[in-house]
Amino acid sequence: MASLFTGFMTDTWVAATMVAVVAGVVGFFVVLRGSSFVAHAIPHGSFGGAAGAALLVGVDGTILGISGTIAGLFVFAVAGALGIGWLGRRGRHDVATALSLVMMLGLGFLFLSWSGQYADALYSLLFGEVFGIPASDLLPMAVLGLLCVVGIASLFRPLMLSSVLPEVGEARGVRAGWVETGFLMVVALATTMTVPVVGVLLMFSLMLGPAAASRSVTSNPRAALAMSVGIAVLTVWIGIVLSYASNWPLGFFVGVSGAVWFVAGRAWAWRRRIRGVPLAA
Amino acid sequence: MGAVSAIFAAGFFQNGSVHAALLAGAVAALVTGAVGTFTVLRGQSFAGHATGEVAATGGSAAMLGGLNPLWGYLGIAVIVAGAIEALGVQRPRARDLATGLVLGAGLGIAGLLLYLDTTGTSTSGAAVTVLFGSLFAVTRSALPGMVALGGVSLALVVLTYRLQLLTALSPDLAAARGVPVRLVSLAYLLSLAVAVSLAAETVGAVLATALLIGPPATALRLTKRPGLAVLGSGLIGVAAAWAGTVLAYDSYYWPPAGRSWPPSFLIVAVVFGLYLGSGAVQRVRGRRRAPLAPGAVPAATA
Amino acid sequence: MSALVPSDGAATLDGEAPATLEVSGVTVSVSGREVLRDVSFRLAPGQLTALIGSNGAGKTTLFRVILGLQAPTAGTILVDGHPRARRNPMIGYVPQRVFLDPDMPLRARDVVSLGLDGHRLGLGLRRHADQRRRVEEMLGAVDALRFADSRVGNLSGGEQQRVLIAHALVSRPRLLILDEPLANLDLRAEREVVDLLGRITRDQGISVLISAHDMNPLLPVMHRLVYLARGRAATGTVEEVVRPEVLSDLYGQHVDVLRVHDRILVVAGADERLPAGLRHAGSAAGAAPHTERWEP
Repeated sequence: MASLFTGFMTDTWVAATMVAVVAGVVGFFVVLRGSSFVAHAIPHGSFGGAAGAALLVGVDGTILGISGTIAGLFVFAVAGALGIGWLGRRGRHDVATALSLVMMLGLGFLFLSWSGQYADALYSLLFGEVFGIPASDLLPMAVLGLLCVVGIASLFRPLMLSSVLPEVGEARGVRAGWVETGFLMVVALATTMTVPVVGVLLMFSLMLGPAAASRSVTSNPRAALAMSVGIAVLTVWIGIVLSYASNWPLGFFVGVSGAVWFVAGRAWAWRRRIRGVPLAA
Repeated sequence: MGAVSAIFAAGFFQNGSVHAALLAGAVAALVTGAVGTFTVLRGQSFAGHATGEVAATGGSAAMLGGLNPLWGYLGIAVIVAGAIEALGVQRPRARDLATGLVLGAGLGIAGLLLYLDTTGTSTSGAAVTVLFGSLFAVTRSALPGMVALGGVSLALVVLTYRLQLLTALSPDLAAARGVPVRLVSLAYLLSLAVAVSLAAETVGAVLATALLIGPPATALRLTKRPGLAVLGSGLIGVAAAWAGTVLAYDSYYWPPAGRSWPPSFLIVAVVFGLYLGSGAVQRVRGRRRAPLAPGAVPAATA
Repeated sequence: MSALVPSDGAATLDGEAPATLEVSGVTVSVSGREVLRDVSFRLAPGQLTALIGSNGAGKTTLFRVILGLQAPTAGTILVDGHPRARRNPMIGYVPQRVFLDPDMPLRARDVVSLGLDGHRLGLGLRRHADQRRRVEEMLGAVDALRFADSRVGNLSGGEQQRVLIAHALVSRPRLLILDEPLANLDLRAEREVVDLLGRITRDQGISVLISAHDMNPLLPVMHRLVYLARGRAATGTVEEVVRPEVLSDLYGQHVDVLRVHDRILVVAGADERLPAGLRHAGSAAGAAPHTERWEP
């Protein structure tokens, strides 16, 4: 196991930890606002951007000095966030999300079929490739991650207010539409940096599972946020070790652990209830 | 004749795999459109999408065992739809969360299976076929099974049509009127599982959502009558599937030349375009009916 | 406006403290339909005013106009002497039918502190001691200290209502607006909330405006009422407004006012369509067939 902590594995640990922190922070609000579908759709759809970039500059190419994959993910994630926001104001939100999602995925499939580079590149995009993160990707990832955390930290109270009491928020100048758009942009940024590591299919699992578990344990919103980050980091660390040992994709461990955390949280809350112990402050 | 040959490229009607594709696409789109109307009315787009996507697990398992993926899709779709219903969460936020986590676990397993599939047998196209479908690869031998399954699903929906409608609008109201709500939901979920499996077979597990949500959402914008919406949504779906197939056949001559565009993408693009178009129609109609100043409409909470 | 309908003219409150809310001649039209017509009233500090009207009488529209979320077609609104505006710190607001998700990690205490700084950017980790004291003080003022650290979604309807009142009051508004705070409460919780509102009005010296479809629970604490029907309003004390001639004029048909024990019933009078039409005030819209219904 010594080689788990040497050479390129250091980059893996750093990248995965950054990803987990961002997923935990953003996931807290995804769960609070009931945006599970959006959190699934934006990363998922962003796959189209990566496929498009692969078509334009090749799988390992760069655009303006940035990895093509990251640039492509960014463009599609932001476009998806804006599209969902725009369509969602004009029709049903879940329908808007579903259709934006399939449209972006369909484009991704089109690009893939043009470039003819199916299997391997696609597979690592869908399910993540934690052991192949190039060292040059770490800096853009760190910058994007920092933006996400700063974004959530500055929007924390308006997001809380508009999630809990939207009418009061409106009356006090917190416009629900703007808060929603800002939040979708943060999800888009988080997507861009996390997808290369965890994959488009399972990014949202890392957002939902830890946040769902943490709110079964504590009622203090700031403590729940911190705990959600902690659980996400733990999930990714365990996933790396298991993935390294078994050679199975990291996405498998992340996806399954999401459900495990959720069930564990429910069990905890249930045990509390039958014992009559009030939730910790 | 000139116009016809401009749309239908030479050999379109003689090609066997085109026949199979047209028939498979029509069956899938008709059933999915009809069932999807209730998915949209129930506000369960995410659950419908999740069912299709996790069905990819079954599809890849079936491919691993050398079976037609359709049976794999169906088996898993039934299990997933049942699991989401069994969790029995009614609050929308909590239901979406439970759906998301079931979906995550299913996809994780799908990833593992695909991984074992590709490393074990080096069938590298498996992931692509399962996730995005390959309409022109649907074989004639699969068609009778598809038609039969589609017929059963459609019959379930038509027979329970009024119960489905009432339950979708208000489960409490339905229960108060003596409707066996759980049984009705079970019938809905079974037909959903079948519909999604058929759609997965044609446009792929990931894009099945397009046929499930797009045509119903379009139809519901164009008509207020639910019966008409079910019928219209089926027909819109069939139209989109056929238009996509025709375009895909034509696309052999489109840039970047040398390879046809995938029918899955073209079907999704047509569905999306129709949805946007219906929004425009709705806005024009709305403007004609009541001249509203923008911002004059109070929020829904009023 | 008919001479029968009392309305607060400028003369009524002359010489008293300046009004916390002054609504004059407000008309609101939506899609060419008048939802509110020429509504005028004033609220003085330390007074509790009930806004009575059936569903669709225009109560929520009036609130949205006062909160600055909707522009009136005509008329002016002054809050504490200033023109109304969005984001008015002078107004505390409790919306109707709030659903607090029991899965949400949020304590009663957190809801109250959102009232203090929920619109500000940042995490709000370093609160000043006086801000924390203020939250504590408000929790005490609504008798919520016992469950201050409980999850707000698990509290009963009456407890949640008290927390929401503390949330609205914590920023020291001059005017507190509550939209149907008594809906969906059981009798005991209703009594508690009404007593609390009466006490707050007295102790804090602010104006309180409460909408309700039934005036009876509020009778012990209310100073004045604004009666809304068909988009028009009659204003004054209960004795001034709840009279057959005033309400008949408002509804546009004959209406009787019955006093049974301590309750007031507004019923449709001798109308050939309603022979035994003994209706509760809450269903006054049903008793007045010409009442305009407005649905958003």
